[in-house]
Formats: sequence, structure tokens, C-alpha cells
Amino acid sequence: MPRRSDIDSILVIGSGPIVIGQACEFDYSGTQACRVLAEEGFRVVLANSNPATIMTDPAMADRTYVEPLDHDVLAAIIERERPDALLPTLGGQTALNLTMSLSERGVLDAFGVEVIGANAEAITTAEDREKFKAAMEEIGLAVPASGFAHSLDEALAIGESIGYPIMVRPSFILGGAGTGIAVDRERLVRLAAEGIDASPIGEVLIEESIAGQKEFELEVMRDHADNCVVICSIENVDPMGIHTGDSITVAPAQTLTDVEYQTMRDAAFACIRRVGVETGGSNVQFAVNPEDGRQVVIEMNPRVSRSSALASKATGFPIAKIAAKLAVGYRLDEVTNDITGVTPASFEPTIDYVVTKIPRWAFEKLPGATDELGTRMQSVGEVMAIGRTFPESLQKAIRSLEQGRSGLNADPSEADVDRVPVDDLLATVRTATPERLFQLESLLRRGVSVDRLATATGIDPWFLSEMASITDARMALDLQVTLGVTVDDLDRRGWRRLKRLGFSDAQLAHLFGSGVGEDDIRRIRLALDAGVTFKTVDTCGAEFEAHTPYHYATTEDEDEVAPSDRPRVIILGSGPNRIGQGIEFDYCCVHASFALRDAGFETVMVNCNPETVSTDYDTSDRLYFEPLTPEDLANVLDAEIKASVDGGRVVGVIVSLGGQTPLKLAASIPEELVLGTSPASIDLAEDRERWNALCAELGIPQPPGGTAGNAAEAVAVAAKVGYPVLVRPSYVLGGRAMEIVYDDERLVAAVDAMASMLTREGGVTAERRVLVDRFLEDAVEVDVDAVRDATGDVVICGVMEHVEEAGVHSGDSACALPPQTLSAKVVTELENHVRVIADALDVCGICNVQFAVKDDLVYVLEANPRASRTVPFVAKATGVPVAMVAARVMVGATLKELRAEGLLRDPVVGHVSVKEAVLPFNRFPGVDTLLGPEMRSTGEVMGIGTTFGLAFAKSQIAAGNRLPVDGTVFLSLADRDKRSGLEAARQFVSLGFDLAATSGTAALLESEGIPVATVVAKVGDRGAAGVDAVELIAGGKVQLVVNTPRGRGPRADGLHIRATALAHQVPCLTTVAAFKAAAGGIADWISHPLSVRSLQEYHAS
Amino acid sequence: MTGRNGTAPRSEALLVLADGEVFEGDAIGAQPHDSGIATGEAVFNTVLSGYQEVLTDPSYAGQVIAFTYPHIGNYGVNPTDDEATRPHCRGLIVRDLADRPSSWRSAGTLEAFLVRHGVPGITGVDTRRLTRHLRHYGAMPCAFGTATESELLSAARSAEATDGRDLVSAVTTETIMVRGHGPYRVVAYDFGIKEAMLRQLGELATVTVVPASTPADQVLALQPDGIFLSNGPGDPAALPAITAEIGKLAADGTVPVFGICLGHQILAAALGATTYKLPFGHHGGNHPVRRLATGKVEITSQNHNYAVAEGSLASADVTHVNLNDGVIEGLRSRDTPAFSVQYHPEAGPGPHDARYLFEEFRLLMDATGAHSGSDGAVGKA
Ligand SMILES: Nc1ncnc2c1ncn2[C@@H]1O[C@H](COP(=O)(O)OP(=O)(O)O)[C@@H](O)[C@H]1O
Ligand SMILES: Nc1ncnc2c1ncn2[C@@H]1O[C@H](COP(=O)(O)OP(=O)(O)O)[C@@H](O)[C@H]1O
Ligand SMILES: [Mg+2]
Ligand SMILES: [Mg+2]
Repeated sequence: MPRRSDIDSILVIGSGPIVIGQACEFDYSGTQACRVLAEEGFRVVLANSNPATIMTDPAMADRTYVEPLDHDVLAAIIERERPDALLPTLGGQTALNLTMSLSERGVLDAFGVEVIGANAEAITTAEDREKFKAAMEEIGLAVPASGFAHSLDEALAIGESIGYPIMVRPSFILGGAGTGIAVDRERLVRLAAEGIDASPIGEVLIEESIAGQKEFELEVMRDHADNCVVICSIENVDPMGIHTGDSITVAPAQTLTDVEYQTMRDAAFACIRRVGVETGGSNVQFAVNPEDGRQVVIEMNPRVSRSSALASKATGFPIAKIAAKLAVGYRLDEVTNDITGVTPASFEPTIDYVVTKIPRWAFEKLPGATDELGTRMQSVGEVMAIGRTFPESLQKAIRSLEQGRSGLNADPSEADVDRVPVDDLLATVRTATPERLFQLESLLRRGVSVDRLATATGIDPWFLSEMASITDARMALDLQVTLGVTVDDLDRRGWRRLKRLGFSDAQLAHLFGSGVGEDDIRRIRLALDAGVTFKTVDTCGAEFEAHTPYHYATTEDEDEVAPSDRPRVIILGSGPNRIGQGIEFDYCCVHASFALRDAGFETVMVNCNPETVSTDYDTSDRLYFEPLTPEDLANVLDAEIKASVDGGRVVGVIVSLGGQTPLKLAASIPEELVLGTSPASIDLAEDRERWNALCAELGIPQPPGGTAGNAAEAVAVAAKVGYPVLVRPSYVLGGRAMEIVYDDERLVAAVDAMASMLTREGGVTAERRVLVDRFLEDAVEVDVDAVRDATGDVVICGVMEHVEEAGVHSGDSACALPPQTLSAKVVTELENHVRVIADALDVCGICNVQFAVKDDLVYVLEANPRASRTVPFVAKATGVPVAMVAARVMVGATLKELRAEGLLRDPVVGHVSVKEAVLPFNRFPGVDTLLGPEMRSTGEVMGIGTTFGLAFAKSQIAAGNRLPVDGTVFLSLADRDKRSGLEAARQFVSLGFDLAATSGTAALLESEGIPVATVVAKVGDRGAAGVDAVELIAGGKVQLVVNTPRGRGPRADGLHIRATALAHQVPCLTTVAAFKAAAGGIADWISHPLSVRSLQEYHAS
Repeated sequence: MTGRNGTAPRSEALLVLADGEVFEGDAIGAQPHDSGIATGEAVFNTVLSGYQEVLTDPSYAGQVIAFTYPHIGNYGVNPTDDEATRPHCRGLIVRDLADRPSSWRSAGTLEAFLVRHGVPGITGVDTRRLTRHLRHYGAMPCAFGTATESELLSAARSAEATDGRDLVSAVTTETIMVRGHGPYRVVAYDFGIKEAMLRQLGELATVTVVPASTPADQVLALQPDGIFLSNGPGDPAALPAITAEIGKLAADGTVPVFGICLGHQILAAALGATTYKLPFGHHGGNHPVRRLATGKVEITSQNHNYAVAEGSLASADVTHVNLNDGVIEGLRSRDTPAFSVQYHPEAGPGPHDARYLFEEFRLLMDATGAHSGSDGAVGKA
């Protein structure tokens, strides 16, 4: 049956803010779905609170609701839009859970909305682990021995009967939240309690632990005619016990005989059929016992997932896109495979390369968290690399991570691990950490056998011995070098053998040593015709001709890059998502690609992040799935230049839209090929001393400061500018390692800490200096985004006033557009400064300037001649497609032309937009939730309303800290905050809230005639009220916690309060600014009925 | 280079196609008999797993198999996955032969297996370039080994393709053997039969495996409930004698006939159809085939270079079609109880989607005459 004609309007629910376990892979799948549904002529209604996504681009749907993903809000949207159908399988766990609650609340029936893709029945069967196990047993599939508990006692009873170690898994969770392996009773008690909390239905699965067994995933698709296919098999290098999202994974499966693979395939089909996913994709996870091949089913996700995004990129088979088509009635055999253009989608991709995915973690930003990997997903992003062999793809993947490693060791950083004695290392590798790969290679190099390492780690010997082949080649080369072999002695085959193992020129240079540089290696190789070739991802192992230029580099004979006679622009993506550099930058790159394609250019994308829209093969005209390093980029440039025929040419490379990653590459690109702002200007803005000089010259005030190459120099600077000071390294994003210090002692400590923390990035040296600035207390921070064209014309795209004071990283603080408290005079001054700075830097394209405003004095904090995190937010708030405008300007268009063309419009006014950050603390118990100058948020949400209060309230709901409308507010304010908190406190009382406060705060409130219902004692000693703060919060007697840090004194008290609030999911505000905003928000929220409005409507006005 | 698992240093080798295309690699497996040169018809196979089954599939007689998937040998070889007592292919071309296999079932490395069975091979080859070449210019003879390029080229030029050659007589059984334990009685023509087929048939019948040259009357004399025509290597047009005998069986029409792969082509020929050679054949485990009766799609295991010509089927109906290229994948005789498929429902390697065909064979045997009963006594009385 072709497209359904009985429905014409479809509601798609996105996955909301980027959080650990649910990242931009859902923007990729959602965007594909929206495009397909639109192509098919459906009216698409989209709900997603995440402004950084491409799917929320107004062009992607007929109605785009950037509203909180909450069942009341969804109900309101449904009532307003009356969609015929709801597609819940593309927005991750969020969309599934929302759909469930909408159907339970009868909303779907009430408005006659049909759930397509997977119905409620199927969703429960898959997500409710109890129902799922029963279902699997029913169809004769093995599952680990287990029982279900809804209470601690039940949990213990079952636990004892199964025997330790025991796996605890809450139902209806995501990213392994609340899961864990208990080795004894005590741990089981903890885990079971947490698990019951974590599960929306208060249920945990108590299960036999099979940690250490092999873990596999199959990506399956099914259509309504019951045709089933496997799109991709994935083998986890890390065994069971390490979340697939935190595991190094490889496609296709490497160590299954066909007999075992077919058994797994049959099981996956049986599973999807029994669960009842009628159409679309599902992910089925299996464990295989390496001793006897016994297979058990671990779980099934009845939706597209992180793994399906990976599988799509790994095979070239767009699972989400096809899933959308199947959901609206098509059969697999009615859809053609875009890549071959002739064969149907009802087949199983076969590939002729190996894909390796490595997660990217952010432990360095979360002091207090251990970097031990387990069943709870902790990674914030991932990279994927394609090579013809596992060693090649592994080394490419490691380079893609951008963590200062050139491959699997064989680089300067290997010294750290080689220093550790074998026995210590052997003990260390038993636990998986981000460092394990490098430790294993070091052990192999030191003669430890593959078998020994396999036993220690549970990693299959095949993977280890393939790693060993890298080690062997490296040791052979080391030997040759000691025997006097030089770079000039290797012949073509010699170089090819090394390159085929994935060695980067940087590694080879390191191995040859003696002053041999990366560039020498490249030059010599190329002279011997030992360069790379680009192959094509084609779903069919070359059996059919491929029509989509989706390429990867490898060392082979034949290059498949097609010639082109068109002008081409190369866009560099932003690599793996990490805290400080996330989906916002992918949004910018994708918009650039769209805009330039519309303007008649051929667009070429280079990126290595499998979760993104930018690495979708049909986002750009050509896709190179490659690491973002100078060597890999040079390969792409050479290939594209070589491919230019009759008039075709490479116009240039866009480096300013992908965050810090491409910016760092600018220096390695021929100057004339860098589009937009010149590398010189980029450098001028990044180099503190020159930047300060420039500001002085322009007469733009900065916080007084200086730079230092060591602790002593830092202290000297501090003496000059006065405490408090803010210390940080230059050339990092996301306020990495930034600290506010109030005295010499802390300053010295901070600089030393920085030196060691940043050794990876090169340490602190005379060259890589630390910045020491006077810290402006209680200043208002402002972000401004602007675009300047080659003629010097500047457009101010957005002025954003932060809610939290300067000192809370711009990425972590809420902000409002337009500004709410700044005087017109200040705003004009800000805009003028931006114009002057943009001129001085001769910006061509986009730039972002950050200011701190204190007592109506404007200080500039920094200027970034590149796209900032706020670009997509600004675009959605104002209707101005900022990134598109910037991209066009970079290739020569003037703002005037773009206005005439209609691409550049005037910003829409009349509403307030608030961006709020989403922080990952719930995944890292033990990490303090205080906000500071080091960015820690993983994602953001947007609230739009007619008043600041409404917009702020919506942003809070969207961010998951729903503000209470009544109850008790618990206040514990730092002395310096007490007065400023009074107003808000009064407002809460007038809104009918009770106040509870710690003695000091209470005293002041009462002296000001503000009633305090409960005076709370310091943590530990029960005061008048007979309860301490922790008990009060834990006892559920508090609906909102406001706790600001007590200056620099012992913070233990506050820490307990914040930790308790976090643990019991009580919203907790840590700044007075947020407290004030909340008061305003709640006031407006109470006095207005819930109303929703689409971007299209806002932008039309 | 020396693998850490004690494998000997490999000597550089070349692969040369009959049209002069040259590929670099390293020699693996057995030493080719004639002066370091192995020859055969180069074909590519796109399976991701199942190399052991493919290598031991007699249908590859006369051919050199190139796997499009780069890593081959990862899980070693085991005693149970062979499709025949020994490989019949003439060589193996891979991108990367695993040094160190890993599987609880593994009984040794693929390399040792190749040496043991005298199969030469070459690794390190840009098999994607090779595949693209064969896709453009069709399967063609090749030569590989440590000999010089010119020696290899002339060897490749004089090497035979499979066209017009009877490769069956080389792989068929010399003696009659009995396999399986099912209640029915099936006579299976061995044109190069795979173990997987015998396993499937053995489930439902006691299978008498007879040489390819067995005359029709001898087969009928065994009074089977059904006759099975196996897969096999090479060009069906080169087997007129066999085709004539099968023609008699088909004409007789008293006993159901089920054919697979070469068996399918021979049955078609026996029913008057003609066959032709595909440019590079179908060799893989992922081909979508539509079963016309239900419209459903099966993912199929495929291994053939020849196919039944569209429109040459006067007395049979097409039952299955390949959705990639429209090639006829199955047929059913109009007036006799005979049917066949071009692909491999027995899998080994490949998906199990089409296992139902063996059940259809059973039903057909039921439909045509009382079956012999589980006592195994010769039936049809
Ligand atoms: N019985 C078990 N024993 C050991 N590890 C397990 C077991 N079940 C699951 N795991 C591990 O926990 C991880 C997360 O479990 P899973 O059910 O997949 O949660 P999620 O829904 O978050 O993916 C899995 O990837 C696996 O590595
Ligand atoms: N002199 C200062 N006084 C007060 N706060 C500051 C000062 N300098 C920086 N900050 C705070 O530190 C945060 C991070 O600094 P910034 O230079 O923006 O780092 P990044 O480059 O990582 O964005 C800013 O968002 C601001 O809140
Ligand atoms: Mg999982
Ligand atoms: Mg799950």
C-alpha cells in the first residue's frame, strides 16, 4: 500500500534539550522525518523545546512549537492543531514517554489522534522491562534470570535468590539512568532505592549480572506488510556491563559466525514482531556468552535511537527517513534506495569497510565525578570513523576525538601511560575508563599477551589482536629506526602498509623522531605516490553504482571522488559534541550548507560526528566523513582541488561556524582559501595581549587584567588589578578550567591545577599563558551576535541579557532577548562597541561579543569572530536566519543584497524569548550544582511568551525544573545576597507561598517584616523547628530551594542542601538573579492561562 | 609483515585480470601448483559473515572468490560449517586475512585451512577496486601469485572462464549415499550439493544422493516421494545429457521435483527454457526477492552466474523475482508437480527467510501420492 490518504496532518514530537543519553541524534532523525513528511505532502506540526536543533527551523515544518515538552502543553498544541496522527518514534525516550502519558490521559482519544509507528501497546511491551521479559520468554528467547521489585524488600528477596553480582535496571529509563551492578547486599540496597526512584513507574528489574559477556546490537526495520530487514549489526568492543552509549562499538559485527549471526537475526525479527512495532526501526540488544555462544536478549528500543543514527551513517541507509515513510503507509519495497537510485529499500545493506564509534566524555569538567564507565551512560558525544580495516578506523576515530591524541599512542602523550608499571596497568585496565585503549596498547607493546588482556577486560581477543597489529608494525618501525632507517628509506609499499593501519603522519613523525615533521612525512609519501584515496559509502559493497558522494579516506589504489565543474565551498563541522561545543554549531554548518546550495554553490561537508544532521549524506552535495585534523583536511582539500574540471573550483573553506574545532584548523589551510574573517583577525581576537592592546586603542573598557606564564606572574597581575580575579587558559572553549579566586593562595593553586589539568592541551607555558582578569562581581552579562559584510555594513542580530550575573558561564546562564533591564543608552553603547570591534577585526561574516555591565558601565569580556552558541536561539527568537546570512556574506554577498533578496529580514519584536541551560548533574551525584565560569550544561531550551515572566516560566518547565505555584520556598542566602533577595522573597509571600529559611537569612527577612514559617537549622544540628535543612527537603516539605554560595567560606552546608534538592528532584536556584526571575515567572504563570504559539506565527507578526 | 601470532612473513604477490588490470597484495594459503601461479574466474561475494560456507560451496568450482568485506577469517574455521568435504574454488582474494581468529567454535585459522586444502590466496588487495572493475566489465579469468606480472597476465589470458564448461562432473558424488532420517523418501541429484540442503531435506526425508549422471529411470526405480535437483557450478547449457534426463522426470510428472540454483536452471532448461550468463552474477546474502504469490519480500542468499531467460518459459510460471534487477528467481511448472528457485532457501550462509520452500516441497509430496511412511519402506504402493 502506498502513502496513506486518510491522514493529512501529523504531529512530530522532538526529544527536547540535549542531555546525556539523548543527544542530537534525535535532531538528525527528526529532521529527516519532517523533510520526508513534508515531501509527501503532509501538514507537519512539530513540538520541541530545543532551539539549537535544525528540526525546529521554521522551514522544516508547517507549524513549529518551541514549547516545553510537557503533557499539558502538548495537549494544548493538539487541541489547537488537531493533527490526525502522532509520530512518537523519532523523539527518543522523551517522545515515547510523552505519548504514553497523552494516551493514558485520554488526550489522544479525545481529539481522535492516531499514534503511528509504534502504538501504546508496543511501547509498553518494549519499555516495561517486566512485560518485555515475559514477552521474550513467551516466544522462546532467552533472557537473564531476573525478577521485578517495587520495594526494597522485594528487591533484596529476589537479589538473594539470584545471587551476586546483580544488575539493577529501572523500567522506562534512558541511558542506563539508575542502573548499576551490585556485588553485595549493601550496594544492592543503594542501587535498588535509586532505581525505584529513577523509574517513572517505581519498578526495577533485579537481574543476573552477565557483565563481561559480548554485547551486540541489531538495527531492524519492519513495514506494515511484515517485511523485516536488518540494517546493521553492531558489536561492542567493551563487554556487557558498560553501557552501549559508553562503549567503543564497531559495525558490522566482527566475531559472529554466520550460523550465530542468523540466529540473532531470527531472534531480532521475532522480538520486533512480538513487541508489535508495526512499522519503523527498532534496536535490539543481545549478550553472547563467549564460552558457549549462548545468546540472551537485553532490551529492545521500539524507536530510532543513538545506535540507529550510527547505523544510518555507517551503512548509508537512512533509518529515520525510511521509518517515516513506512509510518505513513509505504512498504520497504515501495521505497527506493537513494544511494543506488535503482534498487529498493527492502534489502540488507552490506558494507566493505569497518566503522568504529568512540564516545567522548567530559569528566574533566565535572570535578567530583570518577571516570569509571559502567551501566550508566556518561558520555556527552561521540565520533565515528570509517576505514577499510578495524585498525585504520580505530586510529582515525581516536584522532577524531580531538583530545590531543594522534592515534593509538605512538605520540608524545603515550609517555604518561608507558611510565606506569605493567602490573599496575594490568590492574587498572580491569575497569573501563576513557584511557583504557591507550593502556591496552602500552601493555601489548610491553609484551603482555592478547589472551591475558582479554581475560582482564572481557574485550574479545580479535579486537585486541587487531590492535596488536598496530603495535607490531610500530615496533617493527621503531626497530628499523634504531637500525638507522630514515624517512627516505621507506618505499611506496612500506608507507602504504603503515598508512593502511591508520597511522597519522603525526604519529609517524613521532616514531621517526630526530626532527622529522608531520609535513615531511606527507611530502615524502606523496612523492612516492603513497597518498590516500577516497572510497564511497554505498550500502552495497560496490555491487551497484552509487549516486551519493559520501566518502571516507583510506589507503587503497582507486579514488572515487567525481569531477565537478561547479564552484564548491567546503564547510568544516564541529566534531564530537562536548560540553561547550554542541549541536548549536552543527545547526550553523547545516544552515550554511542549505544557504550556499540555494545560492548555486556545491557544498562539501567535512565532519566526524555520526549524531548530526551535517553528516547526513543529503544535507550537502558532498560529504567527507573524516577526522578534523590538518592531515585529514589536507587530504580532502587535495581531492576537491583535483576534482575541479572545466571551470569548477574550490571557492574556499568555512571555518567560523563549527566552533573552536575548525577555527583551530584555519592556520593549516592556504590563507586564500579561508572564507570570511582572516586567520590573522581570528588570532588577534584570541591572543589576549594583542586583544587587550586593541581594546585600549579603541577605547573600549575591559576588566583590568593581564596574562601570566606561571603562578608567580599570576600573583603579580592580581596584585595589580586587585581581587577577586578570574583565571583561565587561553584558547579553550566553554570556560574550561576557569576559576574565580579571592586570594594569592587559591590563585597559585588554580594556576598549578591548570598546568597539570591541561597538559593534554599543552600545559601552561610562556607561550600558552593563563589569563588573569579582575572579576566583576554582580555584573550583568550580555551576549551580542552580529554579522558584518566585506563593505563594512554591520547588522546586530541579537542582544541577549543574561539572567545570572557575570561569573556564571554564558553557556550555563539563562538569557533573555530582548534585554529586560538594560537602559536604551547601554544597549546603544553595546551595539556601537560591537560595530567598532567588528570593524577593527575586519570581520567578514559572523561575530559574537560578550560584555559585562556594572553600574551602567560596559566592559567587553571577549569577542569571538565566529558563530557562537546563541546563533540558533537568536534565529528562532527574531526570525532572522543568522547563520545563512553569515554564510552568504562569507562568499561575497553584501547585507544590502541579502535584504533585497529577502533572506535578511528585520527582527520580529513583540514577544520575549528566554534561553535556559540544561545541566547534567542528575547523572553525576557528588558534583556540586553551583554554577560558575566553567560551562557544564549539555543543552538548552527556549521559552517564548508575551512577558519575560511567562517566557522564563516556560523555559524552566522545558528544562525540567517546573516552578511550583504554591507550597514552601526554602531560602539559604549568602550574606552578600541577603539584601538583594528581599524583594523576591516578599513577592513569593504575596503569591501565597510559605517561607522557610536558615537562621541568618530568616533573621533578616523577619527584621524586614517578611514572615518566615519555618526557621531551619544548619545541616546536622536540629534547631527550633526540630528539622535540619536536609531533612526538610528530603521530607518533601519544600517545593523550591534557593541556595546561594556562602562567599568563599566552607561550602559544605550549601553543598548538602543542593545535593539533597538534586536527589529529591526539588528545583534548586543557586543565584539571586534566578530567584528574582522565578518570582516574576510564577506571578505571570499563575495569572495567565496556558497558551502556545508556533514560530511561524511569531515570525509572521 | 609478520603477524604477532607467529604467522610467517608473507611474500608480495600480484593479481592480474585477463584484461590486464593489476592489483598488489601478499600471498596467503597454499602454494599454487604450477610455478607460483593460480588461475580461475574472478567473482565477488558481498556476504559479511559465512566465508567458510562460501569457500566450501561446490558451486564455486573453477572460480576465484573475492570477498567485498575486508576482514576475512575473524572467527577461524570450525568442523560444522563446511558445505562440502573440501573447497572446490580455485582461490581466495581478500583485503585483510585475520591473523588471530576468535570464536568459541573455532578449530583453527582460515590460513591453515587454505593450506590444508591446497587453496591459494592473496591478501591486501583493494577488493573494492576489483569489485567495481568486475561490476563494469563482468566476471573474467584471472591469475595471481608470486610470479611476474607478465607471466601472470599470460596465465590469466589463457585461463578458462566457466562458459560452456561442464564443471559438475568434477564435483558430483561418484557413489550413491543415503542421508537424513525424515519420513519421506527423496532422491537428490548431486550437481555439487551443499550440506545445508542435505540438512534441510534430511529433516523431512531419507535422502538418497545420486551422481549427476544418474538416468531418470534409475531414479524412478527408487520410487521416491520427491526428486531434488541440487545447486552446482558452471554453465547449465553445458549439461545437455543431464538436462535430457531431468526432462524425462519432469515429463513423467508422477514425482514432485524441487530444484535450487543450478537445479533450477536445469529444470527450466528441461522445461524448454533457455539460460544466459549474467555480467557478474549474484553472490551474496542480501538480495531482495519478491514472492509473487504473497507479494512479500524475502532477503535471500544468492550464488549464481547464469539465469533463466525471461520469456523463454513456455510451460512454467514465474513465482519469484529479484527486486534489484528483475532476474527470474523462481518458477513452477504448469502441468507437472515441479518447482524451483534460483536462490538458496537452505541458507548456509545467509538468511532463513525462504525456509518455507522445503515445507512446500513436503506438501507437494503429500499432494502427489501417499508417502512412504515413517517406516521408511519404499512407498507409492
Ligand atoms: N544483566 C546484565 N548484566 C550485566 N550488564 C548488563 C545487564 N543488562 C544490561 N547490562 C548493561 O547495561 C547497559 C544498559 O542497559 P540497557 O537495558 O540497554 O539500558 P538503556 O535502556 O539505557 O540502554 C547495557 O548496554 C549493558 O552493557
Ligand atoms: N572579568 C570578568 N568578570 C566577571 N565575569 C567574567 C569575567 N570574565 C569572564 N567572565 C565570566 O566567565 C564566563 C566565561 O568567560 P568567556 O571568556 O566567555 O569563556 P568562553 O570563551 O569559554 O566563553 C563568561 O561567560 C562570564 O560569565
Ligand atoms: Mg541499551
Ligand atoms: Mg533503552
